[in-house]
Amino acid sequence: MTYPANPRDVQLTADGQLKHFLSISGLPKALLTEILDTAESFANMGEQSVKKVPLLRGKTLVNLFFENSTRTRATFELAAKRLSADVLNLDIKTSSTAKGETLMDTLQNMEAMHADLFVVRHADSGAAHFIASQVTPRVAIINAGDGRHAHPTQAMLDMFTIRRHKGAFEGLKVAIVGDILHSRVARSQIRALNTLGVEEVRLVAPNTLLPVGIEELGVKIYTSMQEGIKDVDVVIMLRLQKERMTGALLPSESEYYRLYGLTTEKLAYAHPEAIVMHPGPINRGVEIESAVADGSRSVILQQVGYGIAIRMAVMSMAVSGQTQERAQIS
Amino acid sequence: MTKAQVELPQLSPLVDRLAASLLARVKEQELQNPLLVGIHTGGYWVAEALRKKMQVNWPLGGLDISFYRDDFTKKGLNPRVKPSNLPFATEDQHLILVDDVLMSGRTIRAAMNELFDYGRPASITLVTLLSLPGRELPIQPDLLGQELHLVSGQRVKLSGPDPLELNLINVQQGDSQ
Amino acid sequence: MRLTISGGRVIDPAQNLDQKLDVHLQDGCILKLGTAPADFTADQTLDASGLLVSPGFIDLSCHLREPGPSYKGNIASETQAALAGGFTSVCARPDTQPPLDSPAVVRVVREKAEAVGQVRVLPVGALTQGLEGQLLTNLSGLQAAGCVAFSNLRAAIQDNLVLRRCMEYAATFDLLLVFYPEESSLAAGGCAHEGAMASQLGLQGIPETAETLAVAQNLLLIEQTGIRAHFSHLSSARALQLVSEARQRGLPVSADVAVSHLLYTDRQLEDFDSNFHLEPPLRSETDRQALIQGLARGELQAVSSGHLPHEQAAKMAPFAASEPGISSLETLLPQLLSLVEENLLDYSAMLASLTSGPAAVLGEKLGSLKPGMPADLTLFDPEKTWLLNEQSSYSAGHNTPCWNRELKGRVMATLVGGELRYSILGDPLTTQAEKAVKA
Repeated sequence: MTYPANPRDVQLTADGQLKHFLSISGLPKALLTEILDTAESFANMGEQSVKKVPLLRGKTLVNLFFENSTRTRATFELAAKRLSADVLNLDIKTSSTAKGETLMDTLQNMEAMHADLFVVRHADSGAAHFIASQVTPRVAIINAGDGRHAHPTQAMLDMFTIRRHKGAFEGLKVAIVGDILHSRVARSQIRALNTLGVEEVRLVAPNTLLPVGIEELGVKIYTSMQEGIKDVDVVIMLRLQKERMTGALLPSESEYYRLYGLTTEKLAYAHPEAIVMHPGPINRGVEIESAVADGSRSVILQQVGYGIAIRMAVMSMAVSGQTQERAQIS
Repeated sequence: MTKAQVELPQLSPLVDRLAASLLARVKEQELQNPLLVGIHTGGYWVAEALRKKMQVNWPLGGLDISFYRDDFTKKGLNPRVKPSNLPFATEDQHLILVDDVLMSGRTIRAAMNELFDYGRPASITLVTLLSLPGRELPIQPDLLGQELHLVSGQRVKLSGPDPLELNLINVQQGDSQ
Repeated sequence: MRLTISGGRVIDPAQNLDQKLDVHLQDGCILKLGTAPADFTADQTLDASGLLVSPGFIDLSCHLREPGPSYKGNIASETQAALAGGFTSVCARPDTQPPLDSPAVVRVVREKAEAVGQVRVLPVGALTQGLEGQLLTNLSGLQAAGCVAFSNLRAAIQDNLVLRRCMEYAATFDLLLVFYPEESSLAAGGCAHEGAMASQLGLQGIPETAETLAVAQNLLLIEQTGIRAHFSHLSSARALQLVSEARQRGLPVSADVAVSHLLYTDRQLEDFDSNFHLEPPLRSETDRQALIQGLARGELQAVSSGHLPHEQAAKMAPFAASEPGISSLETLLPQLLSLVEENLLDYSAMLASLTSGPAAVLGEKLGSLKPGMPADLTLFDPEKTWLLNEQSSYSAGHNTPCWNRELKGRVMATLVGGELRYSILGDPLTTQAEKAVKA
């Protein structure tokens, strides 16, 4: 069993092209920027009458979702179809693995399908890396979320949103508020924000929802919402799941909302032109007030649209990288 | 040591002649309400120049063929893609497709594929400013400014939009004239 | 049978010895070191020039996988691996299937070990029935069947009252209890050291306090009950500190560390390599350094292999879903030698942790080359480079980051009770363990 020395090596070809998209870790700023720029060209497509391009015609994408997510899977499917790829949806939870088939077995069965891309969502951190290291070296793996580790396409669409609405990353103060501990989105966002060169990344949460040693990723910790979002240019709210009340992580939704919920009143602490983001789905009245979610500073609805463009970008770049690598090897 | 220099044509007379030919052809073939489609970036500038010369107000659109190229998996995507902008419906219309340099023919193939995704045109007339040898596909211009022969290792590049100028580039050394 | 091992550098920490000496064996025991006795003529001579000669290594914790699923290993393969790793005695963990919680199962293991005739197998009995932490096993009966110590491994004991009672009962017979300290609710669901690395990777962490809380709690009960206790596989500096202080106060406690925790830290997890999924988890560099220093200073009495062989499929899964454990019998020597090479440890401390140290913990007559001791010896070449692969490995478990890697330092011969049971010396002697001889 061989593992590469570095997450970077798994994702990039010898000359630095993307061939898997597993995690923001190990990806240089230039590559992240290239993803954003490529997505920019795809974003404009949605507004035109011709919404499809033949880039991935003849290619097959398999959605391997071991965890439920109708929304994310739907955007990947739509993105693939806009690139003229064929899409196969495999809802693994309900089929073989429920019968005890291991991930390895599932993958081996997948090989016979000769897919060009797997989009994988799995409950175990590191699942996408595992799949990328085990799968035939011609299939591009896109991580749609692995355990609590990473959700790189979400992070990139968040970066795209920030760039669209704020112009550039330099000088920006960004606050991520909520359940950081359980959030793969937050981890990817932190990495992306720092790689793209924002001025400051802040995490705002009660102690129980902050992962130990997270400062090492390059963030400032705040337990007070008022101080945490003071003068920030971007506020990213994370979803709070109901299960967090068990195990004494939090006492109640109401106390959480009172302290960390984003209300119109609290938003006033941020920069007057701050934008409000949320990876969705939102819990109204738990982490965010309806008025804010629907208000003028919220870009939550736009985020969804950008998600399709980002996924189109990542998929085309990964397939291109895989093809180029194969050409170099032969 | 000097390389044998190719004589580059003057563009202005070329554009004039091409504009006249196009007007004549449109009249002769009775193409109603033609629409100009220029392939980014050079073809778009040529289409603009032609329109100005012809003194017509035919609608003008720009086509970026990056997503229709056949070599994207070899060369990757160019991230700085200008979106295609066709401010008109193409279904059942007569299109005048304009490009600056026709060489292998692959760009035109991609452009036509893209145009057909927008709708089924009544006809497409291909107008190119220059033609170089090296066809890889059976595509020829309906109207041509001038044929050009280059020495190996040389390419031409159009700069513009105003003034429109032709530049010679040595692919090995990368210097332009 | 008389055997002379000549020309080797003999290091015997029990006698504070480090000298070029001949070793003379007779009837399975050490007869004398140095010049042969007048009336002694060797039947055979083993040339140990260029090699280090040490008492045979003793492993306090090793999984022989039998009884249990054979695809993970068995007594034959794992004791063979032990010999190749320089071990002459190994303590067999009780979490076999079924566990070593009845004299009958213990006898099966001992008989199999004897039949295979490789290393001495010292069974560690289960402290509670089925290792379920509720009912005592027949400790006295298990002792009579050959168990040298008792443990509940990492499995939780029902509550502190039951734990106390287990200790008190064991104290009746002056038994040695081995603790693998882990507070179950703090460790629950975790697979990696709770720290920056686990946080970044999104892996559920096991905090240091899972270990230190259990150690502190056990120490207080040890104090109350007077039991002889050994803490196995410590992973944190703080836990070592607690045990060390208790030892200084006079409590009958000792501790060991698994070799992996001297070599690796949680940084190794960066690419989710499941070879580094261990129990207890690999902790920080500070912890690792403290454990190495603790070993050098004698605060840790032994290094154990922590050998847990797995079939390939067990590790072929995302990190948290993979089975924890590393195959380490065959890599332990080169791994410890790398610390000696970095001047973090000297030969004496290293070998003490493998010989006199574990022997003292067990209270067994082993681990030294004093005249009269069983002739268990390990001959090794610290300079020899070799590749760990299909050809050179005996264990059923290839789950080690050292697989297919070049290692420096190799066991050249292992003798158990005066018999040459393993040799890769150029000129092998003909012995009854021919099958163990590999050119």
